[in-house]
Amino acid sequence: MKAPEIAKTAKPGQFLEIKVSETGEPFLRRPISIYNLDGDIVEFIFQVKGKGTKLLSEFEIGSKIDIMGPLGFGTFKVQEYNNVAIIGGGIGTYPLYELTKELKGKTNINVYLGFRDKNLVTCEKEFEKIGLNKLVITTDDGSYKEKGFAIDFMKKDIEEHKVDMIFACGPLPMLKAVRKYAIENNIPCQISLEERMGCGIGACLGCAVKVISGEEPRYGHVCKEGPVFNAQDVEI
Amino acid sequence: MKTEVNLCGIKMKNPVTVASGTFGYGREYSGYIDLNKLGGIITKGTSLKPRGGNPSPRICEVPGGLLNSIGLQNPGVEYFAQFDLPWLRSFDTKIIVNACGSTIEDYVELCKILNKLDIDGVELNLSCPNVKAGCLAFGTTYEGVKEVTSKVRKVLTDKPLIVKLTPNVSDITLPAKGAEDAGADGVSGINTILAMKIDIDKRKPVLANNTGGLSGPAIRSVGVRMVYQMSQAIKIPILGMGGIVNGDDAIEYMLAGATAVSIGAGNFMDPETSIKTIEGIENYMKKHNIEDINSIIGTVKMN
Repeated sequence: MKAPEIAKTAKPGQFLEIKVSETGEPFLRRPISIYNLDGDIVEFIFQVKGKGTKLLSEFEIGSKIDIMGPLGFGTFKVQEYNNVAIIGGGIGTYPLYELTKELKGKTNINVYLGFRDKNLVTCEKEFEKIGLNKLVITTDDGSYKEKGFAIDFMKKDIEEHKVDMIFACGPLPMLKAVRKYAIENNIPCQISLEERMGCGIGACLGCAVKVISGEEPRYGHVCKEGPVFNAQDVEI
Repeated sequence: MKTEVNLCGIKMKNPVTVASGTFGYGREYSGYIDLNKLGGIITKGTSLKPRGGNPSPRICEVPGGLLNSIGLQNPGVEYFAQFDLPWLRSFDTKIIVNACGSTIEDYVELCKILNKLDIDGVELNLSCPNVKAGCLAFGTTYEGVKEVTSKVRKVLTDKPLIVKLTPNVSDITLPAKGAEDAGADGVSGINTILAMKIDIDKRKPVLANNTGGLSGPAIRSVGVRMVYQMSQAIKIPILGMGGIVNGDDAIEYMLAGATAVSIGAGNFMDPETSIKTIEGIENYMKKHNIEDINSIIGTVKMN
């Protein structure tokens, strides 16, 4: 998609609210994370899952599309690190690509991407091209590359070589496991969360997440304070 | 062409407001639309003390709209008065505060404070379906609405008082009459319709609170019917809402008897829905040679 303003200002982890229908059916916009920024071009990747993503897949090349973004104040923090581990699961791989690109040259990067099976493996070549210290691809059933969960491979590596940050995006069970591991081992960790959204800009207060960083727990909102949070700041 | 309306003493440049709970306190949308163009802003439901709201999931899309069960999360009236109101006041639009509480005493204490603030009116929320105590408990009967409204009326002496009503009743004219008899200056409605969505794989409701309020185009025809019924039963003005996403929808509500309208869920679909609705009303007026928008209010001719 050609969108110079978004491409210029977007940060890794931010997302777009995309209007998929002119008829109002489905009613809400679709929140979809940014995959890659390149000059004036903004790339996003999505899986056709329901009515909304089906309509989105039917836009023709050259047509105009109504998008709000880039959204979310909580983004992945790109800075100098010594070693980082980046872990993604399934479609949670996509928002990690721009992050990995921007971290390149600032730190040693190990990337762990987990998928259910061979058919769902995505973006392997793109990540390879960035030039990483290590790229591990896992499938739950062993139908491609390593068999098992990406987190187990990450843990093994971290035991041998410490990291000073973990970045994670993926399904909730994976994020829960990564968060638990990071907290128990006192490793800073940033996780990108998903929640059902209404407005996407912090007005409707729909996408609540329990924030536990203050004196009292409170509900923050994934669309505005997130989607990326410090793992120890939220309860998931 | 005259688009100004007078909603129970609140003189608005046009009949279009944004509905409570869909627009926060305006800040989030101020980057997308010019708030000065709105007839008015109805704030997020605000309570005496801060409220944390309900657990997630709070939102769920359904055909023609969405369910929500936010649970009136808000920072409380003191925070609003200190941080949001001064900012809102920098815009040339009417500010109406949606007031909610759990007990009659809450409503009274809150409205004592609101009575002294620099606001243009109060929308008394007797109709939130998503909190256990208050709101809906008072809002479904003639007696309940009359009791809360009359106690609030005694302390809310300097501001127009609009009572927001629930559609989750068999006859909405009864609570509407309760509001009128207790001295309310206007009523608004409809609030959301109590609803439920089940995840058939998990065999559980999608919303953490199990049920939520349905809003969006799915409820528009219910809203239009209820606004019409109220307009036949009471003399005070009506702020009509429920599924409005364009000028034609707004006109429908006005023909049914609404003096002004609110855009709710429509803001989520497109942040510019309210502005486009104002333009749509003007286009309708041009098309039908209408000089004054007030001339169409309640003029539907029944078969």
